[in-house]
Amino acid sequence: MMKENGTGTVRSAKEDRYQHHDYYQLDELLSEDHLLAREAVRDWVKKEVSPIIEDYANRAECPHHLFKGLAEIGAFGPSLPAEYGGGGMDEIAYGVIMQELERGDSGIRSMASVQGSLVMYPIYKFGSEAQKQKYLPKLGSGEYIGCFGLTEPDHGSNPGGMVTNIKDDGDAYILNGAKMWITNSPVADIAVVWAKDEEGKIRGMVVEKDMKGFSAPEIHGKWSLRASITGELVFEDVRVPKENVFPEIRGLKGPLSCLSKARYGIAWGAIGAALDCYDSALRYSKEREQFGKPIGQFQLTQKKLAEMITEITKAQLLTWRLGTLANEGRATPAQISMAKRNNVNMALEIAREARQIHGGMGITNEYPIMRHMMNLETVLTYEGTHDIHLLITGMDVTGLNAFK
Amino acid sequence: MKILVCVTKTPETTARIAFKDNNSSFDTDGVQFIMNPYDEWYALVRALEWKEADGGSVAVVNVGPPANDTVIRKALAIGADEAYRINAEPQSSLAVAKQIAAFAKDKGFDAIFTGKESIDYNGSEMGAMLAELLDLPYVSFANYMDVSGNSATISRDIEGGSEVVEVETPFVLSASKGLAEQRIPNMRGIMMAKRKPLNVVEPVEANDLAVAVAYELPPAKTAVKLVDPDNMEELVRLLHEEAKVI
Repeated sequence: MMKENGTGTVRSAKEDRYQHHDYYQLDELLSEDHLLAREAVRDWVKKEVSPIIEDYANRAECPHHLFKGLAEIGAFGPSLPAEYGGGGMDEIAYGVIMQELERGDSGIRSMASVQGSLVMYPIYKFGSEAQKQKYLPKLGSGEYIGCFGLTEPDHGSNPGGMVTNIKDDGDAYILNGAKMWITNSPVADIAVVWAKDEEGKIRGMVVEKDMKGFSAPEIHGKWSLRASITGELVFEDVRVPKENVFPEIRGLKGPLSCLSKARYGIAWGAIGAALDCYDSALRYSKEREQFGKPIGQFQLTQKKLAEMITEITKAQLLTWRLGTLANEGRATPAQISMAKRNNVNMALEIAREARQIHGGMGITNEYPIMRHMMNLETVLTYEGTHDIHLLITGMDVTGLNAFK
Repeated sequence: MKILVCVTKTPETTARIAFKDNNSSFDTDGVQFIMNPYDEWYALVRALEWKEADGGSVAVVNVGPPANDTVIRKALAIGADEAYRINAEPQSSLAVAKQIAAFAKDKGFDAIFTGKESIDYNGSEMGAMLAELLDLPYVSFANYMDVSGNSATISRDIEGGSEVVEVETPFVLSASKGLAEQRIPNMRGIMMAKRKPLNVVEPVEANDLAVAVAYELPPAKTAVKLVDPDNMEELVRLLHEEAKVI
């Protein structure tokens, strides 16, 4: 289908025709800078991501050049202070940015959330002033790419069982161990790594890519987040200077506070993927005709669409409220956990329903549905699995810990 | 250089267009609005490039209600230094031109840029009317501009090609595709825009000489007719008798 639009460009079936859906007029609760941030990132995604994403995902290649663009629009650490390379924005602005990026692709959003929430945030929160000065501006500008090493091959949901360790050696620590499922690791300049010291306490540190004994091999064969690069981190007697270790923070609360930041962004991001699937399904249901009428006129299609927009609206309300609590510093890890679990599961269900509405076309890369669906299978279990998040809520409401 | 850029608000390009009140006015219900792309992508960005090369300042002006502030703030986020909103409902090209002319006439702008048209009503009139009201030279449909001191060499779209004109400041220009490239505001720009002045100006009396009374949508698309490649005579007959294109 080719059509002229108002600016003289030609529109094809694959053109990104996404339009935002706001069933409960929640935009009225957003400030001018939230709306501007959302529109800017949406424009950027339509210009830079949508035209290439199906091709990169199909070839399982990371569009590295987008790191620079993400930095230029300010998607790295938007809620960190401007003097450290952040954007000085609030948590809702951060949320809408993540939503628009994931509307494009969960892998692109992952590139940004890792850099902002899992690399810049811990350095900002736990780093020495020298560490902040050294790394944050370069991470904010995209000159450095960062990654975050917590998960290990044998320790995913139970990070406290990690075996990666450091041993005191004068002016440095000797780091040994391995990390797994690390977004951005093969292309990263630095890694924020969590390891146990000789007292068994978890410490955080910045490992630089040139340090001897450090390698980051890529993980191949993913059917999900194919446009995002994932790898391992392998440490064989790596000498990490003591000035690279975060001075104060000890224990799991360090990495878990980073994960809360990232999960908060995912709760917003998942709505973006859901909105894209709904938007495509809604349009398709009005254009596709069977038995002499648009399939959107059939009750079973309407049921799917009605349930989709209902679930999206509920998720939007959940995240908006979570965002206002986060702005007041009152969002608890358990509240963030609930939103992450609910919204990702909601988005995955919507992707599956949207796929049915698209019929056979839904499995092709003419439409974004299957890519979102495959991406969301990862999002369902990374940054805390769906089940673990259920147990976090369970523990929060009963006071009884199911992990022990 | 002191440059003024006129920006207007238009429906988003994928918006569903409908009319109300017996087809006499546009139904804005559920429509998302954006800055007119010709104003944003070409007029504003070329003005900013000129400022970046030669110094000076870029102001934007919009005629509209307070709901337009988000669009105006976007222009500030992209890089304009200050903004003015003339607090009146924009009724017609002439009414808008009169408001902007009254505002701009004693401000000493070296150049006033507009988009070549708004993508909703497609009037292509406001720039010309503004130039006339201010008694300034007017260059329409500019697709390229070179500046040397107070003199600008401008290439403008004409049917089937381009025309190159030279003009001295002050002048009015309408921007066409090619004059500049879209700039997407970044988060830093959005935060800086919050601190830039957005001044509200009270309107002057501005009578409309023509009033739109009705709108109609283009006819619905009819079914496609397939013609067998061996049946050229039928194709020619259809093109001649039904499509009436040959």
